[in-house]
Amino acid sequence: MTNWGFHIAKSRIIDMDTADLGVYRKVAAKVPSAKLCLMCGACTASCTARNHTPFNLRKNHLLFRHGQFKGLAKEFDKCMLCGKCRLVCPRGVNTRALIYNMRMALDNLNYTRIKK
Amino acid sequence: MTAVDVLVIGGGPAGLESAYSLANNGYDVAVLEKEKNICGHLNQAHSLFPNFQNASEVRSAMIDKMTHPKISIHNDTEAIRIKRDIDKWGVETGSGKEFMAPALLLATGFKSFDPKYKEELGYGIYDNVITTTQFEAMCQKGSIVSPHGQKVKRIAFLNCVGSRDEKVGNHYCSRVCCINAVKQSIEAKKVLPEADIYCFYMDIRMAGQFYEELYRKSQEVYNVNYIRGRISEVSPTIDKRLHVKCEDTLSQTPMKITFDILVLMTGIEASLGTVALGQQLNISGEYNFAKSLSLHMADNYSSHKGLFLAGTCKRPLTLPEAVADARSAAGEIKNYLKTLKQ
Repeated sequence: MTNWGFHIAKSRIIDMDTADLGVYRKVAAKVPSAKLCLMCGACTASCTARNHTPFNLRKNHLLFRHGQFKGLAKEFDKCMLCGKCRLVCPRGVNTRALIYNMRMALDNLNYTRIKK
Repeated sequence: MTAVDVLVIGGGPAGLESAYSLANNGYDVAVLEKEKNICGHLNQAHSLFPNFQNASEVRSAMIDKMTHPKISIHNDTEAIRIKRDIDKWGVETGSGKEFMAPALLLATGFKSFDPKYKEELGYGIYDNVITTTQFEAMCQKGSIVSPHGQKVKRIAFLNCVGSRDEKVGNHYCSRVCCINAVKQSIEAKKVLPEADIYCFYMDIRMAGQFYEELYRKSQEVYNVNYIRGRISEVSPTIDKRLHVKCEDTLSQTPMKITFDILVLMTGIEASLGTVALGQQLNISGEYNFAKSLSLHMADNYSSHKGLFLAGTCKRPLTLPEAVADARSAAGEIKNYLKTLKQ
């Protein structure tokens, strides 16, 4: 087929009606403190991995909440589970357990990880 | 002509509390209320933040206080014209009655912003877009239902409707709506435990004792979802539910979501009485709220001798703040009346 140089851009809109919100509920049941997140970004600001990569725990946690899993597994693999973020969280979210459980949940959804 | 020691215009929580405090100090007080019932906006409340106290308890306590022999309540009596005689304030009412007193207390309160001015939110166009007051009435009945009879699975609360909005001329924050939205989210969840509750906000402003804790509880125990972003557009779906668009500003992504009910947290504006009397007395300040003499030093005084201010006629206040302000006004009036006798 002739390539005319045009393509149809996929919708960027988060559609909460079709999003799978149940995955987050399962994670929140395991890590109840996750529900307390205020989205202040202290975790992201303190993140060791963030110094060298665009990894953003606050934003990725939010996208996970909204069932937007695309690309998230690779993002979470940048985390070294050092736990610095847990030290700075003002609401006492167990961020390490949260990331670990989000990874596990994504594994179950067969999203591509960086390494197995 | 009725002559008393203090005339209180407005029979809401602030007016009534001042009247009771003054009556307890031995002064004859007349309360002029333009509506059929006293207690003002409290009549529309089901429960009160932050402790979910039943509003009817507070109402009956207020009404009990009004049986004080020194207080006369005048319902259906709207103050129309206020005149200053040498040492007296005279008030003419719509029903042709006249009152006179050396001290006058303005407690004319607030009104809710009319959300039909925010056309994009669909109030008055779609039946399932309602105001916070209407939602409170649903809670009072104990049944939260969609006007189209569908099972209510999702409810949205939208903050800052008519507040922090230059388009409608209100630059200020109404202060109570955030707390009320959190309270109503919890109420909704109590009635409909299976429903998903979403709260749309620009900032969650929970300044005050126990309010932040209430917010935390709504997340921890009641699983209320908070989305930072203002709803920009509401449209109907084919089954008459509401299709809502906004930006999830924290992930910088546009979002769409369908709701059964959208509750608009309407802001606080100066009531019609506050505007009319404020202009007549030349004490109208910003946004037509009544202007006190000095915010830090003489907040219950106006620029006129013997004219005092209490409650939400000055600015948006929570109920405990308005009542505390009313008590402080009563203290100031007492001091003023003492100086007159000397």
